[in-house]
Amino acid sequence: MIVLGIESATESVGVALAASDGVLANVEVARGRRHAESIVPCVQFVCERADLELSEVGAIAVDVGPGLFTGMRVGIATAKSLAMALNIPMVPMTSLEVLAAAEATTDDIIVPVVDARKSEVFWAMYRRTRQGLELLHQPTVGSVDDLVSDLMARDQSSVCVGDGAHRYGDDITAGFSCSIGAAVHPSASVLASEAVLRAIRDETVVEQMVEPVYLRQPDAQINWSTREVRS
Amino acid sequence: MSLPEVVVGPDTVILGIETSCDETAAAVVMGGDDVVSSVVSSQIDVHAEFGGVVPEVASRAHLESINPVVRRAIDDAGIDEHRIDAIACTVGPGLIGALLVGVSSAKALALAWNTPFVGVNHLEAHLYASFLEDPTLEFPLVVLLVSGGHTMLVEMKGHGDYRLLGRTIDDAAGEAFDKVARYLDLGYPGGPAIDRAATEGDPGAVNFPRAMMDDGLNFSFSGLKTSVVNFVRKHPEVSSVDIAASFQQAVSDVLVHKAMKAARNVGATGVVLGGGVAANTQLRSDLQAACADDGIGAFLPGREMCTDNAAMIAAAGWHRLRALGPSRLDIGAFPSMPLVEAGIADG
Repeated sequence: MIVLGIESATESVGVALAASDGVLANVEVARGRRHAESIVPCVQFVCERADLELSEVGAIAVDVGPGLFTGMRVGIATAKSLAMALNIPMVPMTSLEVLAAAEATTDDIIVPVVDARKSEVFWAMYRRTRQGLELLHQPTVGSVDDLVSDLMARDQSSVCVGDGAHRYGDDITAGFSCSIGAAVHPSASVLASEAVLRAIRDETVVEQMVEPVYLRQPDAQINWSTREVRS
Repeated sequence: MSLPEVVVGPDTVILGIETSCDETAAAVVMGGDDVVSSVVSSQIDVHAEFGGVVPEVASRAHLESINPVVRRAIDDAGIDEHRIDAIACTVGPGLIGALLVGVSSAKALALAWNTPFVGVNHLEAHLYASFLEDPTLEFPLVVLLVSGGHTMLVEMKGHGDYRLLGRTIDDAAGEAFDKVARYLDLGYPGGPAIDRAATEGDPGAVNFPRAMMDDGLNFSFSGLKTSVVNFVRKHPEVSSVDIAASFQQAVSDVLVHKAMKAARNVGATGVVLGGGVAANTQLRSDLQAACADDGIGAFLPGREMCTDNAAMIAAAGWHRLRALGPSRLDIGAFPSMPLVEAGIADG
């Protein structure tokens, strides 16, 4: 089973091909934020370098967010349309899962933290078990203070990863003593590799089932509902 | 893995995709003018509560609708997907987040089906809506393009060969319709609401100003909107249907007057109407009458082809592909793409 993974939920764009024997090809563009321009050429590139045709791909994996809305939509639209056109299933993963999957620790709680802008972050909590990642805390959005409160409530040895963990590292560690892991952006090669395992376990879905995970309403909708409450 | 060249002819089947504003659309068009299927999923209901298009809301709705709409367009066409020779998609102008959903999806389909991708200018596509009705139009033509975002007069000397003759210096005509409809509380979207109300009103009830009538080929509509507001404040007794009809007549008078002036200036064989406001009943009949007086053609797209749709995208894509070949797969979206460079810019 060959899986094509598409990752564009944060500042970087990545595309990777993986199979049960590992990553076949991987490209990451971390500069320029030209997600829509880069993804399809990146897909062409990994296929050419790995010397395989798109028709040999058995499933499309995609990061469904949370993250930067426009960027993640570009990846999701590309992935869903590829799956529809190639008539193959998909493996959706959240950005938080992909970040957590990159962290090797078996002892600490893994806390992926994605920068949500507007002084907020997206986060979740996982523990690595023999069966894989166990979700301890559902993906959520809030202030860094909210995240620190969550960490304090659990009060276990933790490692925070992701661009939010790096951007707000000082604020997080000032509130709760934990370590900051190396991973900054979710990686397409981790996404594709993890998706291969899931595809082998038959944990794929049809294209129509893949939906973005925004975790935040559009601004206009937020303002509108506040306005209705006031009147 | 470069995409194949395609010989563009009467049998060439193009899948068009449009997501520039608040309609998710896909269509299958053969030979540049034979609309085999056309599917439009409107977001009007989603945006109605906000009284206008909210970009993030639009982008989210496009992502939900794009694949089902494409699937239905292909199903409705009754063709096998392998019969599609090229994918054409709006790359601008429009809302960046909205455009990117269509562009990403279109490029993915082109890659997966190994067909050429062609980026289309939305404004150029609007004037191709008339070619869907009558593919035998003769150049030079004057195009009056009126929508919620644009009001312009363009000389079309050939396919892809445009010269801007005039444009609005402030609000677009469609914007004025939306604002006046909102002010009169007639509903959203404003164009159809005014059109409906005007059928019961007297277009001669109020003599609203016709701005810049004898002043070149540019337009101005912000003053008209203001005078409607001022008039209603002073004369609350005048019915909103009379206001709507009088306002609509003022807009139509200016548009038709300048379109005819432009047509005479360039010796056009006819005037082509395009854009959402081209669906307006008054404007359609006034333009037809004026063109008949001048002995030139009035080319009006079918009403369902005036508002955003993908058949016009596929039609424009057919012409573009034939003249300039496919677009590159590393292009993105161009939110403020101008029409006059449409024949030159790659994308």
